[in-house]
Amino acid sequence: MSGQPPGVETYTPREFHRQAHDALGNPQIRANFRKAMDGLMSKRRDSFDDWDLETLRELGANIRLRALARLPDLLEQLEANCEANGIRVHWAEDGEEACRIVREICESHGARSVIKGKSMVSEEMHLNAHLEEAGIEALESDLGEYLVQLNQQTPSHIIMPAIHLNTDEISEILHDKTGTERTRDVDYMTAAARQQLRERFMAADVGVSGVNFAVAETGTLCLVENEGNGRMTTTVPPVHVAVTGIEKVVEQLRDVPPLYALLTRSATGQHVTTYFNMISSPRKEGEHDGPKEVHLVLVDNGRSNIYQDDELLDTLRCIRCGACMNHCPVYTRVGGHTYGTTYPGPIGSILSPHLMGLEETKDLPTASSLCGACGEVCPVKIPIPDLLVRLRKESVGEGRGNVPGAGIKRTRKEVAAWKGFQWLATHPAVWRSGTSVAGKLRALTPARLGPWTDYRTAPKPAGTTLHALVKRHQSSKTHQEER
Amino acid sequence: MSARDTILKRLRERADGPLTAPECDFAVVTNRGWSQEERLARFERWITSVHGEVVHVDQARWTEALAGVLADKGVRRLALGKQHPVAVEARSALADVDVELVGVDRDIEQWQREQFERVEAGLTSTRGAIAETGSLWLWPTPDEPRLISLVPPLHIAVLDADTVEDTLFDVVEAHAWAGGMPTNALLISGPSKTANIEQTLAYGVHGPRELVVIVRHAGEPPKATR
Repeated sequence: MSGQPPGVETYTPREFHRQAHDALGNPQIRANFRKAMDGLMSKRRDSFDDWDLETLRELGANIRLRALARLPDLLEQLEANCEANGIRVHWAEDGEEACRIVREICESHGARSVIKGKSMVSEEMHLNAHLEEAGIEALESDLGEYLVQLNQQTPSHIIMPAIHLNTDEISEILHDKTGTERTRDVDYMTAAARQQLRERFMAADVGVSGVNFAVAETGTLCLVENEGNGRMTTTVPPVHVAVTGIEKVVEQLRDVPPLYALLTRSATGQHVTTYFNMISSPRKEGEHDGPKEVHLVLVDNGRSNIYQDDELLDTLRCIRCGACMNHCPVYTRVGGHTYGTTYPGPIGSILSPHLMGLEETKDLPTASSLCGACGEVCPVKIPIPDLLVRLRKESVGEGRGNVPGAGIKRTRKEVAAWKGFQWLATHPAVWRSGTSVAGKLRALTPARLGPWTDYRTAPKPAGTTLHALVKRHQSSKTHQEER
Repeated sequence: MSARDTILKRLRERADGPLTAPECDFAVVTNRGWSQEERLARFERWITSVHGEVVHVDQARWTEALAGVLADKGVRRLALGKQHPVAVEARSALADVDVELVGVDRDIEQWQREQFERVEAGLTSTRGAIAETGSLWLWPTPDEPRLISLVPPLHIAVLDADTVEDTLFDVVEAHAWAGGMPTNALLISGPSKTANIEQTLAYGVHGPRELVVIVRHAGEPPKATR
């Protein structure tokens, strides 16, 4: 992935097929993902036992749609209320501009050390690499993110960044990079990370976090987490910078409880997370802790383009629970790194083409069996399979052409082949004589038809056409009736 | 044109035209109809399922329960406020107990390392709790800053039994949160935890390793454990 610091393991969506091939040949990766995803699927199912799930999903979808219907107004309202609360709001058209804004905030405080809570948008804009280029160290504080950062990797799941690693691998990473003892004792490793990171929380000049929901009505930033690193990040350093995509805004505070209920249960099967943190202002006069400055960076980075199209807009409903990847047979087998994008799995396959263009991501919409599981479990009812089909069409130039890189997979040979087939199929006489000739020449059919025959037997035309068989059957039936 | 104006213009001049906002029916997240007993039972079931401990106690004797918790956990240094009735009563009751009471009415910059390294427990009041998820709700104040429920390895929260409500939606609506949010509003449901190492649950990764909720009952508690 471009924009990563030197030494970070590189994956790219352009190499999806090669990376998938490598992952499929790695039994450790397959076992780690299989085990994790099986557990998550059953936990999610059980966590909705007491709920009218369909009604809750309907409400979640409607809340997200209502927010999107009023998106520009809500963003302005959010900005006004945040500013009134003392939170400074910044706007960024793309990842580069967002990085520059965060860097400038850091530089204005002479910051050398940034501690980060988990934020997928910051991954999307390659914030760590940008800050490091400016001489500012950015350290991940979510344990999973910390482990993948130590291992010079990127996250492989949006909720569980280190899910591709097993206990032994994590033990080895911590031993190599931090000098802990090699062990399979998870409590020991967790305690070691706690100790290492506590020092960093105290020393950090700036804390950077993501945002799960930004409430326009009150100017409140909501963060969902279990570890407490998010609370540390947004409380201990003197400056807090929250970074979010523009689609994360919701209209009212009362919209939050249903979305929070859907998010935690869909993501990890938890009925609730340990912490739900709602920040509405910097430290006020008389208060004794919390940051003295809070900044909110609103990042577009292609989202306003998705917003233009009635169909594609549904992508923006996403609340980043990861349920679609937990239930995807493709993701479960190849793992998150294979996709080569910040957002892997089904949601990544519909979001990434907008963020990076189809030139880079043309294979991702095909990384699906279209089994429909992703759409069935999506807590806000995003029709992911329909959007995958739409993007497949866009990639071969059959959509509206409003996705960056539309038509990239269109080839003259394929177009000519399909046009030829269309002509044949609509001219019965030619079709009949053609299939008859093909049947007679079936011995000449090649045994290999490119990659298609890597895992399949090449088709051979039948010696007798279906049309001829039916005709023969009808004729013999008439003879029997006449006797 | 600024990034702000460009983004807003693009959103306002949407190619496929204006969108219609659907109606939202919130019935599914409210109207549970639980009795007070059911609420408490649910709250306790959920919070203990995530490693929280619950101590039921008669309102008049809650500080005895607190002293018991501190003794059981071997706490020698307790951070707490000075003005909230919970803190006032605790300070008075613990005056003769061998526990150092650490004042939190000073800016964190003055005692950050002390708080991170030497305080063994933090005591806070709560504004209420949520039965459906086993969550406490706290609005930290100058008297009870944010970090005393996060930094010490043990968080002791005092909850009045009659402040447990059904759902988060009910709490937000009944207490008109939207009318004035504090600097930081919090739901806390158990001690800090992670499953980032091969899905194995571990507690105390960044925040408290233990959470004890002392539930104060106006009448006789359902099961007086202390």
